[in-house]
Amino acid sequence: MTVTKTTATTATAETTAGRGAAIHLEDVTVGYDDRPVLEHVNLTLQPGALTAVVGPNGGGKSTLLKLIAGLLKPWTGRIDVLGGAAGVRAREVAYVPQAEAVDWGFPISAGDVVMMGRYPALGPLRRPGPRDHAAVAAALDQVGMGAYARRQIGALSGGQRRRVFLARALASEPELYLLDEPVTGVDPATQEDLMRVLGAEAKAGRTVIASTHDLASATEHFRSIVAVNGTIIAQGDASLVLDTDVLRRTYGGHLLFVGDRAVLIDDAHHHDEAAGGEIHHHDGADGGPGHRS
Amino acid sequence: MTLLTDPLAYEFFVRALAASAVVGLVCAVIGTFMVLRGLAFMGDALSHAAFPGVVAAYLFGAPFYIGATIAAVGTSLAIGWISRRSRLRGDTTIGVLFSGMFALGIFLFSTIPNYVGDLFGLLFGEVLGISGSDLVALAALAAIVLALVAVFWKELLYSTFDPLGAGASGLPVARLEYLFLGLIAMTIVISLQAVGIILVVAMLVTPAAAAQLITDRFSRLILVAAAIGIVAPAVGLYVSYWTSTASAALIVLVETAAFLVALLLGPRTGLLRRRPARG
Repeated sequence: MTVTKTTATTATAETTAGRGAAIHLEDVTVGYDDRPVLEHVNLTLQPGALTAVVGPNGGGKSTLLKLIAGLLKPWTGRIDVLGGAAGVRAREVAYVPQAEAVDWGFPISAGDVVMMGRYPALGPLRRPGPRDHAAVAAALDQVGMGAYARRQIGALSGGQRRRVFLARALASEPELYLLDEPVTGVDPATQEDLMRVLGAEAKAGRTVIASTHDLASATEHFRSIVAVNGTIIAQGDASLVLDTDVLRRTYGGHLLFVGDRAVLIDDAHHHDEAAGGEIHHHDGADGGPGHRS
Repeated sequence: MTLLTDPLAYEFFVRALAASAVVGLVCAVIGTFMVLRGLAFMGDALSHAAFPGVVAAYLFGAPFYIGATIAAVGTSLAIGWISRRSRLRGDTTIGVLFSGMFALGIFLFSTIPNYVGDLFGLLFGEVLGISGSDLVALAALAAIVLALVAVFWKELLYSTFDPLGAGASGLPVARLEYLFLGLIAMTIVISLQAVGIILVVAMLVTPAAAAQLITDRFSRLILVAAAIGIVAPAVGLYVSYWTSTASAALIVLVETAAFLVALLLGPRTGLLRRRPARG
């Protein structure tokens, strides 16, 4: 088991490791209004990383993704993304928001949503050309939605909507994928398909970072894990979430230990048992009003 | 047939038809984006906020649309700025500024003696009294608004649908929002003379709302809204001519009727459609 527990002393080592990295955060603090959400974050990810961000609701998972996406400006510290300051190479960044953040009643078809992935590179005035239409069709095929291009997004199932948003990310041909809870609440077949596509993108050298509160999915589908709760608790390979010490510090009061079994308790007082190396976490209870993860 | 051709003998009627068609078109296009962005209330706010600008322009002997533009654009920028910087919700900021600006307008107005007739015109519109030069200015402003929408069509659409995804991939979402608030302000200035401060929000919101009941494709939504926005004022003006009633009120009433028809017959809400569909 390789576990890097981030402490103040590793910060200097990571400064030199930051060269050539896809993502490099150095002593970053950020929050909303005047309440800090993430403090003293140090994080380096290499190109081709397939990384899950795990942690409790309100622990800062979404905030970390928004920071890297350039949607939030850090209060202090430095963020390098794809070799430049956050936002500089934005056209090579694809961000997929949480399902709750999208207006599903918006009058738009699946194909039009995917075409939006081509907009930033097209720029004002230029209309999508044959290459753009081909890229949209290929992206829809890649996620198994080729037959649904003309369907309204509101008429699609939850899993299909997630497939369409991944297709939009693919169509923009990014170097960095940032996905906020991409597999939360979707059927197992969709989860497998989405992770297969993302795995292939990572193999091709693109960087994939996705938040999830499904620890079983994190260990199964991702190559590395970042545990977040107010700061980076730990960073390591998939076996990280089996480390009871890391779990205890990530989930704090939400985690109970009964003998050698870890029991996760989420905000809605649901609980699922974890034993024999498998940790499950109930999906449906997330997403209450005002939650921030 | 004389029912349709008789009024066309009057130049003021032809000018009113042209002006209300231009206003209806611009309002429908901007209104569609407004409704999808959840900014319907913003139309009401900015039209009231334009009022002190109009009165101030009169006091200084300047054209009304210059004063109205400054007041409406200034207020829209202030609303955007305060909402971003403070913890107040957007609708709270809008409520405070729009009533404050309207009160300022009434205060300024009360300093002018014997101005009552024109106030009625500004509050409720007098499209039948539009002059040739007003029509030219109105058409030029409308062309600018529509050209800006055409140039930034994709960017406005993306940032309306998914501001987070658009922002992350490099679109200047905050600047696009300010641009759009500016476009709303300009649209309101264009509409003031046709329908007046009180009814302009209907010109913005009603065609888009009716179109949403009829179609769920964005491009068709704009087309249907634009069609309602152009045709409804013409129908309203004819009825107003033949019944000698308030033109602005009839324009809005015809648009409201179009909305009710869409509500009853539309494929999505289809209050009347449901029963035959069963058989």
